[in-house]
Amino acid sequence: MKRARVAFAGQLHEATEAAESGRLRLADGRVVGEEQVVWLPPVEAGTLVALGLNYADHAKELAFKAQDEPLVFLKSANALVGHRGRTRRPADATFMHYECELAVVIGRTARHVRRADARDHVAGYTIANDYAIRDYLENWYRPNLRVKNRDGATALGPWLVDAEDVPWPPQLALSTFVDGRLTQSGNTRDLVFDIAYLIEYLSAFMTLSAGDVILTGTPEGVVDVGVGAEVVCEIEGLGRLVNTLVGDEAFGRRPHSGGPV
Amino acid sequence: MTRTPLDDEPRFPMSPWRFSGLVCGAAMNHRGQLAALGAAAHQPPYKAPPRGVVLYIKPRNTLTAAGGAALVDDDVPELDVGAALGLVIGRTACAVSIDDALDHLAGAIVVADFSAPYDSHFRPQIRFKARDASCAFGPGVVALDEAGDIDALGVRVFVDGRLAHETSTGDRVRGAAQLIADVSDFMTLSPGDVLLTGIAPGAPRVGAGAIVVVEIDGLGRLETRVAKVAGSP
Repeated sequence: MKRARVAFAGQLHEATEAAESGRLRLADGRVVGEEQVVWLPPVEAGTLVALGLNYADHAKELAFKAQDEPLVFLKSANALVGHRGRTRRPADATFMHYECELAVVIGRTARHVRRADARDHVAGYTIANDYAIRDYLENWYRPNLRVKNRDGATALGPWLVDAEDVPWPPQLALSTFVDGRLTQSGNTRDLVFDIAYLIEYLSAFMTLSAGDVILTGTPEGVVDVGVGAEVVCEIEGLGRLVNTLVGDEAFGRRPHSGGPV
Repeated sequence: MTRTPLDDEPRFPMSPWRFSGLVCGAAMNHRGQLAALGAAAHQPPYKAPPRGVVLYIKPRNTLTAAGGAALVDDDVPELDVGAALGLVIGRTACAVSIDDALDHLAGAIVVADFSAPYDSHFRPQIRFKARDASCAFGPGVVALDEAGDIDALGVRVFVDGRLAHETSTGDRVRGAAQLIADVSDFMTLSPGDVLLTGIAPGAPRVGAGAIVVVEIDGLGRLETRVAKVAGSP
């Protein structure tokens, strides 16, 4: 089943995909068009764990050697925005890129979980577009929050797709389109550290809880995207996540006068 | 997770906000930390001292109240005690100015931020800082007008009753107001979020059984301890 969280007619709702194409069934029984609702991230996320350089081709693209341990960083809820959301591109950014990622939502407490049992702890999957602004990258606590944890710069959605509806391990084609042009493609079977490994690795030192989300990394094909660009991240069987970049003016911001704050 | 009964009921105000679960710490924000690195801060892998604010997150599995126990095991037998002042957000802060920054606080609280020891600040693995129960809070949130100057409070760490570390909340690269302004430029801080203003160099290292007290003038005394858990199966 595909589940969503949406706002409609003055309330927040849980919704599922309706039988009719392009429509959602709200929990209260109403059936509405998917363009009539405001899409929220499909889970009220707890801890957001993200992987860097988890596809060999992307690591090569960024001139990194393969790692013997996953490169993990953490994010917070301010970064999340739903399907059809808008993300701010600061005026001083010269290289801001999307990252289409398979997001794994934890469904059951995971502590010292072994790889073979990892699947039991997955509630489902969704799509993430985890933007980065490389201009702000410095060599301290990489990639650091100023690069990777900006307000509304991690789109999540549209649906939470139940784990039972996705083959294990997920081997799903993944692609990104910028203004309709294919710029990134890969397959989640090429993860350097796969989902089972990541759950074992993480749960060895931190307890994962229902609602925690693991963003599993992005393959090669990241390009700079400008204000006005429509970025669509698509994963086989999970749907299409749409995001639009907007400028500082939309947020009442004036460009910074100088370098990093 | 190992817990002990609370010695004192935490005085956490619940309205108009409550802890959100987000704890974000400023790294490399104590001048002494950079000074301790010396020339290395200008050499690879760092190449240059940080210009932007450097942050890390303590995720929700790390959070525990006063009286909780930070956990060690066979793989990580010792932890560093990061004595930190936590700025508790009381009002949504987005792109706030330095002058207005402190108006967005509900108050401040004592935080014990335990880390597995690590040397490199280039890309520290989260397993150093995200261990279960490695971030203790208490005894309660103190309003700024009662706390005094939050950028100049004495900080002491006692291990098993002996003074092990004595520093202050001063000598920061960014003081509290500057830190809130710089973080809120790209990351909206919401009521109940906690921002740690940094850890002084020379944090004491402790092992299983240690009773650890972090005391900040004006904010109170947080008692916590370190307990051994069995390693992974």
